Amino acid sequence: MMKNPADPLLLDAVASATCRALKQAEIVLPPDVLAALERAHAEERQPAARSELKNILENVALARKLQVPICQDTGVPVIYLTVPPDLPIAPELYGAVREGVRRATAIVPLRPNVVDPIARTNTGDNTGEGMPAVHITPGDRLTVTALPKGAGSENVSRIGMLLPSRPEDIKRFVVETMLLAGGKPCPPVVLGVGIGGTFDQAAALAKEALLLPIDRMDAYEEDLCSAVNSLGIGPMGLGGDTTALAVRVRKAGCHTASLPVAVNVQCWACRRATVPVEVER
Amino acid sequence: MNLTTPLGDEVLKLRAGDRVTLSGIIYTARDEAHLRMMEEGIPFDPAGAAVYHCGPVVKDGRIVVAGPTTSARMDALTGFLLDRGVRALIGKGGMGAEVVEQLRGRGVYLALTGGCAALAASRMQVRGVFFEDLGMAEAVWVIEADRLPLIVGIDAHGGDIFEDIRQKAKAQFREQFKNTPGYIP
Repeated sequence: MMKNPADPLLLDAVASATCRALKQAEIVLPPDVLAALERAHAEERQPAARSELKNILENVALARKLQVPICQDTGVPVIYLTVPPDLPIAPELYGAVREGVRRATAIVPLRPNVVDPIARTNTGDNTGEGMPAVHITPGDRLTVTALPKGAGSENVSRIGMLLPSRPEDIKRFVVETMLLAGGKPCPPVVLGVGIGGTFDQAAALAKEALLLPIDRMDAYEEDLCSAVNSLGIGPMGLGGDTTALAVRVRKAGCHTASLPVAVNVQCWACRRATVPVEVER
Repeated sequence: MNLTTPLGDEVLKLRAGDRVTLSGIIYTARDEAHLRMMEEGIPFDPAGAAVYHCGPVVKDGRIVVAGPTTSARMDALTGFLLDRGVRALIGKGGMGAEVVEQLRGRGVYLALTGGCAALAASRMQVRGVFFEDLGMAEAVWVIEADRLPLIVGIDAHGGDIFEDIRQKAKAQFREQFKNTPGYIP
């Protein structure tokens, strides 16, 4: 039997799961990211870079102990839902996610970051027109994934429509993105790369690539990652061995005459958390 | 070296790459606060002051988290502060060539590890606020800092670690892609 998408208990559970996913993402770094930072610290040869990585590790431990956000840029809420086949996707579902964002803003607390793009007036609760960004995919059960996205790294992200006859230029575009970014996005970064699809799809894939675990790169991703690291930008742009903790790629089929490539830059605080929605009756 | 605000000529001795700590009163300011200060004047005594590029999370008068924001956004908005006697800019990511020139003989840019908001907050207390109508992130918060761990990013003699690293990265990029035609930044 189909579930009622306007069921107040269900909607409250969605809001609550959204709030919990945001809270966890803001406060606790995922284990794969923490492990990558620890390895970067252990392997770093330059003293200034090592002290930056030590500050980062200290900060991550302190945030967890004090139950406060890792970074004051608590980002804008990017939310991914998996929705099971027996739940119709109704407007109420989006409303419940918004409610969860408002709750998280008040209780974590999150910095109110969302403004009107032209008037620049702040809504005060991290919601706005089309914000939170909510992406829905079919799944076995109802889950909420939060990816709070900070501006320092988002602002140096790029999209390019490359020559379809030159797929080898993808590497150059990825490395060039980091060269132009320098220390601005708080390296060591994670790069989410979207290749193919359409203009908009490439950007969405790049962001989704940031949800992938960073401890299992394939050979193509490893090659991109070491090309980025050879720039020597290092933690915070002060020079060092680790500029990127990982590069992850997601692909989609594209027009034979196109080669869209998007690079979504993510600071070292690669924040993400998934929480299942549980309805209590 | 351990620095205490208000700062004086001791900052002129610092060199890019030095590790220092900073204690005393500092003032947060981001884009909107800079624009407001240019229009209405600086609400604190700028002589020897340290300006921190930061939009903290504050709850009930307490700093929850307060790491540095990207300083380069303030490149074109900084000159008037240094003209009025500000001696140190604190932030992340470095600043543009015009600020390197403006700092010459006057002050320094100090880098705090980006994203280390809990660490920074554990060494800060709120002492006051100006321009609160700009919102939590953009207001000017008066903060007492206790031994903030910093690296001199730009010194008062034109030394700039970020620019050195950028130049090295650019050279490496050119070498890596010398056989690939296209735009070189």
